[in-house]
Amino acid sequence: MSETQTGWRDWLLTDTPQSRNQARLAALFQGWLSFRSNPMAMFGLGILILLLLMAAFAPLLAPHDPFTQDLANRLKPLGTPDHPLGTDSLGRDILSRLIYGSRITLYIVTLVALIAPVAGLMVGTIAGYTGGWIDLGLMRITDIFLAFPRLVLALAFVAALGAGIENAVLAISLTAWPPYARIARAETLTIRNSDYISAVRLQGAGPIRIITKHIWPLCISSLIVRVTLDMAGIILAAAGLGFLGLGAQPPSPEWGAMISEGRRFILDHWWVATMPGLAIFTVSLAFNLLGDGLRDVLDPKDEK
Amino acid sequence: MSALSFEGLNVWFGEGRDRVDAVKGATFQVAPGETFGLVGESGSGKSTIMRALTGLAPHWSGHMSVNGRPVGRRRDKEFYKTVQMVFQDPYASLHPRQSVDQVLSETLYLHGFTDIEPRIEKLLDDVGLGPSFRFRYPHQLSGGQRQRVAIARALAPEPSILLLDEPTSALDVSVQAEILNLLTDLRAEHDLTFLMVSHDLAVVGHMCERIAVMQFGEIVEILGVDEMRAMQTTQPYTRSLLKASLGYIRD
Repeated sequence: MSETQTGWRDWLLTDTPQSRNQARLAALFQGWLSFRSNPMAMFGLGILILLLLMAAFAPLLAPHDPFTQDLANRLKPLGTPDHPLGTDSLGRDILSRLIYGSRITLYIVTLVALIAPVAGLMVGTIAGYTGGWIDLGLMRITDIFLAFPRLVLALAFVAALGAGIENAVLAISLTAWPPYARIARAETLTIRNSDYISAVRLQGAGPIRIITKHIWPLCISSLIVRVTLDMAGIILAAAGLGFLGLGAQPPSPEWGAMISEGRRFILDHWWVATMPGLAIFTVSLAFNLLGDGLRDVLDPKDEK
Repeated sequence: MSALSFEGLNVWFGEGRDRVDAVKGATFQVAPGETFGLVGESGSGKSTIMRALTGLAPHWSGHMSVNGRPVGRRRDKEFYKTVQMVFQDPYASLHPRQSVDQVLSETLYLHGFTDIEPRIEKLLDDVGLGPSFRFRYPHQLSGGQRQRVAIARALAPEPSILLLDEPTSALDVSVQAEILNLLTDLRAEHDLTFLMVSHDLAVVGHMCERIAVMQFGEIVEILGVDEMRAMQTTQPYTRSLLKASLGYIRD
């Protein structure tokens, strides 16, 4: 067993890969090795894996139905038998709601992470590579979006589009892309005049090919890092919209909306608002730690 | 017919008050199969001539032609199949996230070759790199190996003219000799015409048949390499440049 293990290790760490796939896997494995040596980042990754499992197996894990009301058992404190995290104002089990709420959180995070960075990457790299009027135009649009406070702009979008989780995602994405565009543009400006881009141009490659095949791979790593660091902010923005009643609508167990419901009892029944708050805090922290670790692994400027 | 011909080439950077004239009225011809050297101090416009020819320096006027065909504002596939360039710094001229295999196969793909696999093996063999280097990334290669990859990339479209922008100045002295010998061998093998920029007169003396001496963007003098060795120059600047290359001489 251990022999095959060292065999795999050697195969992955070899200086002379024999095939395309081996070279690619070796690069991934080396990234994983350096990521693994960062205990805080591993801690963050662990929490996020737990979150994923929690969302995937919510029906198995949750002790109660998150929507079943039981007015006889409302506002039970922590440690009540059968309700370890207590119940809320309608007698719903808070633990079950938190477990189901992880699905909503992941849904928001995934959608925003798919929309905002991709939009920012396109705008930024096109602006940075083409320069001139296109650059000027795209960057002024970016400036306009940046000039609004994020939550206020999201509020305006949700107000215009109507409340709901999808519109909240859309609103957050619309307000989240400008920083990515800025980063991508700055990266592109440093790359566009480098010799290896000149070399591809001398092979007759067109701008689309250069941007997608040569500039994107170099921008993506810093964007991934930025996305993981922003995730905390995105979760908080989604929770904030939920708290203001513009995100997920009751009875959906979205964590921000749960805090909003608990607010009315915060002095006498503190756990109703605190438990979802702790959940938001933990997941945000995990994303931040993961982002820090990824930055160490992915940042191309960090030559080891 | 000359392989490369430049007539009254002006190249400038910036506009208006920021305008810098990097090359002023350069005129010279490079015969097919010849190795022509451009020498001069830093900033004398040597590399800029190459960058203007390949389209990397967009602001130029005058006349340039390749194998008798005039070079226009837009260069077509045919141009890039004829003229290729090896850059100065092998640490900056390879994409940090692409393996040797990716670099070469993309180059071959862009030039419309279909037999990519055997060609990559042939190219690596040509530049003295074994098949074990094929899937390595640039950070797994030494400076000399990187420059060999860059040369392989330049050779991929089977050009007849190779522009060498100080191909050895970023390398160790021992590796410099290897790369220069490799280039000499490749020239004989593929019937290449070289246009070479260098500030190292020893390199130029080893490689070139004729040289053009540049100062402040202008060509001061064009002379044969034997005249250069014998210090038979008509221009005082050429003499002082040659003298400086001999090292410090106590009077």
